[in-house]
Amino acid sequence: MNNQFKLDGITVPFSAGETIMDAALAAGIYIPHLCHNPEFKPHGSCRLCTVNANGRTVAACTTPASEGMEVENATHELTTQRRLLLKLLFVEGNHVCPACEKSGACQLQAVAYHCGMLAPEFVHFYPKRAVDASHPEMIIDFNRCILCELCVRASRDSDNKNVFSISGRGIQAHLAINSTSGKLADSSFTSSDKAARVCPVGAILPKHKGYNIPIGQRLYDQAPISQVGDVAKHQELADE
Amino acid sequence: MSSPIKVATASLAGCFGCHMSILDIDERLIDLVGHIQFDRSPLTDIKKVGPCDLGLIEGGVCNAENVEVLKAFRRQCKILVAVGACAINGGVPAMRNQYSLADCLEEAYLHGAGIDNPQIPNDPELPLLLNQVHPIHEVVWIDYFLPGCPPSADTIFTFLDELLSGRPIQFAYQQIHYD
Repeated sequence: MNNQFKLDGITVPFSAGETIMDAALAAGIYIPHLCHNPEFKPHGSCRLCTVNANGRTVAACTTPASEGMEVENATHELTTQRRLLLKLLFVEGNHVCPACEKSGACQLQAVAYHCGMLAPEFVHFYPKRAVDASHPEMIIDFNRCILCELCVRASRDSDNKNVFSISGRGIQAHLAINSTSGKLADSSFTSSDKAARVCPVGAILPKHKGYNIPIGQRLYDQAPISQVGDVAKHQELADE
Repeated sequence: MSSPIKVATASLAGCFGCHMSILDIDERLIDLVGHIQFDRSPLTDIKKVGPCDLGLIEGGVCNAENVEVLKAFRRQCKILVAVGACAINGGVPAMRNQYSLADCLEEAYLHGAGIDNPQIPNDPELPLLLNQVHPIHEVVWIDYFLPGCPPSADTIFTFLDELLSGRPIQFAYQQIHYD
């Protein structure tokens, strides 16, 4: 067989056009990621899936696999770098896990556990973005948003509604609602939209459903994300 | 494990929950106190922190007195540990950083429900609040972080046990959580 490459020494098959991430997921090998969801076009914003491919540092979600490629993923150096990226995400937002209803089933938190992050250690930004609670069924806490654009992609590519976008530059970049008032209630968003269940963190949440799963039984309470898989996959199942 | 190590503990802008989690170590505490001698701590009557091997700090920094105590601990302790979510990132108390300090004080002491003789306390005995709540690592160097709100007794015990025995500090998956 021709189409194969090495991932941490393991032979991984791929078909033409597949990325390193696609092939790794198909082979059951975990590469940490936040903005990647196999249902949508790769985004490349979180940089968590950074791997070394033939000695170059690349995002596994956007880099096509190629014949004979040598890829390093689970190295000490890469885990340290990922921990640093996670710390940056934690200090940029208000990630008060003890008071977040997504705790225990949050991909940001789970990847941080997986990468061994004990504390964010940088100076906290403490952003002051107001919660949007205008919608009858859903709520958005913009201070937990990691700008993965999964809701943007889902609302554009799955629903053709284009409810969400990212607005602003640099550290001012933030999730925005495409309605005349800027409020979620004035958009065509509904809780049955694909975009309502792709958020990997506690930014877009259903109302009146918090804390309904006992501690110990939440998604990542017993086993790490490398075994359990992504949040979006489980949110999809929970809704069915 | 020869001579006991000196340990000081403090709660800054904490809820004492991390100290309760230390006590949750239960009967293993009896073994532990054979190897530990407590200095200043809410569990002892010592008023000023002296030279210590280990300092355990719970709570973030929310007022001037917290800063003073934290700096004294840093001067006296060889290893200083941030215990719990508040010490690590400000925790739930840092949610007040969403509002101005004036708004918080006015809501609590002037405009809140059922307030008699509204006035903001201003006696010099009282430490002034800082504009924002801060993690302790923004004030002094921290050597180790124990996450959790609170960290479980098991996590704290593992940390102390491995530190005392000089083994590398390693936690099981379930021992590390931020909530």
